Amino acid sequence: MDSALIVHRLHFAFTATFHYLFPQLTMGLAPLIVILKTLALRRNDETYNQAARFWARIFGINFVLGVVTGIPMEFQFGTNWSHFSRFAGGVIGQTLAMEGMFAFFLESAFLGLFLYGEKRLSPRMHWWSAVAVFLGSWISGYFIIATNAWMQYPVGYERAADGSVQLSSFWALVLNPWAWWQYAHNMSGSVITGAFVMASIGAFYLLWGKYVDHGRIFVKTGVIAGCIFSILQVFPTGDGQGKMVARHQPATLAAMEALFTSQPGAPLIIIGQPNAEEKTIDNPLYVPKMLSMLTYRRWEARVQGLDSFPQEDWPTNIPLLYYSYHIMVGLGTIFIAISVVAVLLLWRNKLFQARWMLWILLLCLPFPYIANTAGWMTAELGRQPWLVYGLMRTLDGYSKTVSAGNGMFTLLGFMGIYLVLGILFLFLVRREIERGPVSEAGGGH
Amino acid sequence: METLWFCIVAVMVAAYVVLDGFDLGAGVIYLFAAKGTPERRMILRAIGPVWDGNEVWLLAAGGTLYFAFPQLYASSFSGFYLPLMMVLWLLMLRAIGIEFRTHMENPVWQGFFDVVFSVSSALLAIFFGAALGNVIRGVPLRADGYFFEPLWTDFRVGTNNGILDWYTVLAGVVALVTLTAHGALYVAVKTENELNRRARRTALALWPVQVLLTVLSLAATCWIRPQVLDNYREHSIGMLVPLVVTGSLIVMFWAGRKGLEKAAFLGSCFYIVGMLVGAAFALYPVVLPASTDPSYSLTIYNSAAGRHGLIVGLSWWIIGIVLTLGYFVFIYRMFRGKVKLEDAGY
Ligand code: HDD
Ligand code: HEM
Ligand code: HEM
Repeated sequence: MDSALIVHRLHFAFTATFHYLFPQLTMGLAPLIVILKTLALRRNDETYNQAARFWARIFGINFVLGVVTGIPMEFQFGTNWSHFSRFAGGVIGQTLAMEGMFAFFLESAFLGLFLYGEKRLSPRMHWWSAVAVFLGSWISGYFIIATNAWMQYPVGYERAADGSVQLSSFWALVLNPWAWWQYAHNMSGSVITGAFVMASIGAFYLLWGKYVDHGRIFVKTGVIAGCIFSILQVFPTGDGQGKMVARHQPATLAAMEALFTSQPGAPLIIIGQPNAEEKTIDNPLYVPKMLSMLTYRRWEARVQGLDSFPQEDWPTNIPLLYYSYHIMVGLGTIFIAISVVAVLLLWRNKLFQARWMLWILLLCLPFPYIANTAGWMTAELGRQPWLVYGLMRTLDGYSKTVSAGNGMFTLLGFMGIYLVLGILFLFLVRREIERGPVSEAGGGH
Repeated sequence: METLWFCIVAVMVAAYVVLDGFDLGAGVIYLFAAKGTPERRMILRAIGPVWDGNEVWLLAAGGTLYFAFPQLYASSFSGFYLPLMMVLWLLMLRAIGIEFRTHMENPVWQGFFDVVFSVSSALLAIFFGAALGNVIRGVPLRADGYFFEPLWTDFRVGTNNGILDWYTVLAGVVALVTLTAHGALYVAVKTENELNRRARRTALALWPVQVLLTVLSLAATCWIRPQVLDNYREHSIGMLVPLVVTGSLIVMFWAGRKGLEKAAFLGSCFYIVGMLVGAAFALYPVVLPASTDPSYSLTIYNSAAGRHGLIVGLSWWIIGIVLTLGYFVFIYRMFRGKVKLEDAGY
């Protein structure tokens, strides 16, 4: 592979992966904050307001990071993927521009109001500004997912004379069936992050024995939302995504499951190391015929293996793709187990005393992030070697005028800056957590 | 249709410069006009609730450009690769400067972020000016519609361009001075007492420099690219531009002397819009002139997206802009008036 291509891919992958650490919490917390604000209004209870305010502070810090790491994403379509932009801009320019017009304005305008305006607004108006922030972040998610979905499964376009693609049907683009499943799955994944983070901090307060009332609210809200959305994550949304992949990207599915040979009654590998050289799985632990059942709802259905596709159309990094996918699914299963047990304990009124469970919740904090990142790696590695599935290869899409050396320079620059940003972020969030939900002043300007 | 989208993008860019321009400018004067933490917090409070929304105009303008003229987006963004990446870094530093400063009441921490915020604001103003300078001067486009510009070559205007040469540096200085004055006037509008007086004085002191630079940059532009006058010769409506620019400069001076902060700030807004519209008018229908061979220039016709997309886009764009203006009017009304330090947020 030529080195400029590798640099540009790494550049995008690194910045996108880092960016996505923040929006997932934004999108996941926003609805939970609305719930807390609603409870505060309904029950007229100041504790809920303090809880909402505490999460709004975390949200604010997180949002800043989301914004500053998001701006480079938008630019990189032009700077690092200019041949792709020229090719596909006539189509995905629509969704990207709509994201700016409909989501970012809404979100940023009302976030200012939500964070700075509590004293100037009536409680009801303040509630509305929280809702506006929630809507803004979820609309933003939709347009960006629709953009990505188009790259996975291009629809609503036609070829122009100069070889580029141009929009032919707006509604086909915005109502792309791939986008709906991807959006549902992805947003549910974000709520899992929000819920587990909330439960984790709550568990921390309970174990610490400080801010116990708030800790209970956090744990309760967190585990209930976590339980609902962990289940939704597998069914129907994960299942739906899997079917889209099976139907429209069969080579990707084969690589995700490391199914090297086509067969009827294909097994589902639970653990095992794909061996791309020998085209086998080492040390497999599997459920016979399960893969056929899951994808086609028939035990004996024939699933296409990688051998049914020309090797040049195989995803380029099969082992990483396979591991990403299995990490995501494995963690998803674990989340369901944990949150179902936690909800049962809550229902029997034992959760707040069950220190072992609180410890588990506390330590769960990083795993939703890992699952979401792994999910994206599955989607993006699975799309290879295509940049726009079936239409443009990744090899043809990067900026030919930007040399590997220049790309490397800015990649290193981003790595340095993001390292600093990450440290600052952790530092500030840790301070907020230590300061707790009760202190009134601070932050803001 | 292409012309309409050209105007829309131009208007969005102008909105960005006017809006984010004042918080950039406020950042430039921040270190020397505001003495001590309370005054600095006043400036931050004046821009705090709005700067992020202002910056979204850059994204929205960029998104609209991408959507309407993908070829232009592709070729200019990859051609200006290095300076754009630096702009990104500066935008990040500036954002965390504003947002993270107040999270800790420690003089070392705050002093550090003060400098980060102010220096990155000033550099951004210069970069934006230089970018505009590049677009007016022209870039070494090749036959395939792409180019790559190094940061600098020999600082001369010719076919072997770098991002920086004497002309684009001049443009950068013009932008710096203009936005500094703009920001100072905004700060004056939003504050009282000492800070207000100092901000007003800064703007007044900059006024002669601004006039001089305006004349100088216009002369330089006509010298390196005489074609810019063609549109003005053909369509006399273009003569409104110099009228607006001169008029608004006069208003800035007169209102500044009288202490009419709002009028002076409005004058500055009109000045910026006038200058930008003037540049756009001069370029039209070219959007990225080639310094190599004029026939390689990108125009609105050879860089636009397909017809159908442009037509569909218009309908959602109108809805979007109406909503956006609604939010902005609402937000600026909520936070209108002079800044008081008591009503802190979270
Ligand atoms: C908390 C995060 C999380 C969890 C627990 C899961 N996922 Fe997931 N998954 C995502 C977060 C995610 C994601 C980040 O949201 C992805 C990446 C791209 C996308 O749209 O969603 C994704 C993509 C994704 C894809 C699409 C891959 C492609 O486009 O090539 C499939 C088939 C699944 N998931 C299936 C599942 C199944 C069957 C799960 C069962 C446990 C599961 N996911 C759990
Ligand atoms: C919805 C928005 C997204 C779009 C439009 C998008 C688009 C792209 C593009 C253009 C590339 C470079 C070309 C390529 O290597 O295929 C890429 C690669 C990549 N992206 Fe995304 N991406 C999106 C979201 C994400 C997120 C959130 C993540 C992070 C977790 C991510 C992870 C990656 C990875 C790991 C690669 C490298 C794949 C490889 O090089 O093989 N992407 N994506
Ligand atoms: C490669 C593709 C991506 C691009 C070009 C992109 C672009 C951006 C930009 C420019 C911002 C800043 C907006 C502002 O100033 O308010 C932003 C923030 C945001 N992005 Fe992304 N983004 C990408 C991937 C994603 C993905 C995959 C998601 C989620 C599904 C996402 C969701 C958000 C959200 C919710 C925000 C608001 C800020 C925050 O949540 O912290 N983005 N993005």
